[in-house]
Amino acid sequence: MDVFAIIISALFVDNFVLSQFLGICPFLGVSKKVNSALGMGIAVTAVMVITCVVCYPIYTFLLAPMGLQYLRILVFILVIASLVQILEMVLKRFSPGLYSAMGIYLPLVTTNCAILGIANIVTETVKDASKAGYVFSDVFFGNLVNVNMAKGYGEAVLSGLFYGLGFTLAIVLLAGLRQKADKLHVPKPLKGFPITMLLACFMAMAFYLFTTIV
Amino acid sequence: MKLKRFKEIALDGTVRQNPTLRLVLGTCPTLAVTGMGAISCLGMGAAVIFVLVFSNLIISLLRNVIPDKVRIPCFIMIIATFVTIVSMFMEAYMEKLFATLGIFLDLIVVNCIILGRAESFASHNPVLDSVCDGLFMGIGFTLSLTLMGIVREILGKGALFGVQLWNFKIAFFAEKAGAFLTYALFIAIFNVCYNAVERKLKHKAARNAVAIEREAEAAASTEAKEA
Repeated sequence: MDVFAIIISALFVDNFVLSQFLGICPFLGVSKKVNSALGMGIAVTAVMVITCVVCYPIYTFLLAPMGLQYLRILVFILVIASLVQILEMVLKRFSPGLYSAMGIYLPLVTTNCAILGIANIVTETVKDASKAGYVFSDVFFGNLVNVNMAKGYGEAVLSGLFYGLGFTLAIVLLAGLRQKADKLHVPKPLKGFPITMLLACFMAMAFYLFTTIV
Repeated sequence: MKLKRFKEIALDGTVRQNPTLRLVLGTCPTLAVTGMGAISCLGMGAAVIFVLVFSNLIISLLRNVIPDKVRIPCFIMIIATFVTIVSMFMEAYMEKLFATLGIFLDLIVVNCIILGRAESFASHNPVLDSVCDGLFMGIGFTLSLTLMGIVREILGKGALFGVQLWNFKIAFFAEKAGAFLTYALFIAIFNVCYNAVERKLKHKAARNAVAIEREAEAAASTEAKEA
């Protein structure tokens, strides 16, 4: 897949929130104000990229060659949780300003289906690595420097970045809509979650048109 | 456990604190799985019930052992273990369902309902209560999920439980945007009904209280007259 196709499909066509229904909780929960939505979006994007950078090699070079695919859920969630913890500590130490702006969103990101989802999606392509002839000893002795792998890794990180940006786009757009909708007169039963979901429904309809591009 | 407490937990899980319609938790699988048909909804519900019951059981058993500071990672690891079990079981025995649910089966780990129940109920309640809570929360989730799935399947595909009923269909409801619309309407309608019933019950209780008071007064006054 070429780079442009990845970018367009990650941002619009396969938009994480509106098309794949991943990361709905922060999408509905942290979209009251544009500023906080932007903070959440950036936090999610950062963690997504880091997740792809770390989880892809772990899966490809450790779990798949050893036939331990069934451990993926446990390993991914543990790796992601510790990474977020480390990121939080690093931010606190080296950039207190950024930490106070983004820090509150980071713990929320850990238990977010968007993050575990991206780890699953980017490793989906290597599920049958053992069939392709890689075995653990190859990896261990460094025989696995192969162009395809590097390409797969690049694609994984790139899609992590752009799925994250797609999430940011959707959540910021929804926050803008909600700020406008606050001024409307909404029937009482629709107040709160239902009206937010109706706004998301219109956004999903708009994003649906992007499927005609590809 | 007393019967009254059991009734309370059952009512809380299925109606008063229905995870999907009242608390609006676990939205991702709700939106995604309801579009896959009612059978997938039942399968997803069964998986969630299993994970909820067993994670609540284990967390409740370990509630005095797990240190407070690292409780969330501990909960997640316990939940992830049971999700792995469900996922492997489905891959082995229910291949079709496994393929349909796909990524959403693994994502039960980060489903807020399960972590929410672990944090707010199982971590400081006795074992039997926690198991019941997990069971009824799971049933509440399954019921609302399946109802939504049935509505979307009938309207969007003209089918029910995979059986074609008629050719009339509104494809919108089977699409992504239809998921948001159905969910929004379900929450709105459920809240209207819930509030109406609650108001009626409150009214009834108030009227009962007034009647009891009057009776007591009347009894008191007759006693006074007799005296």
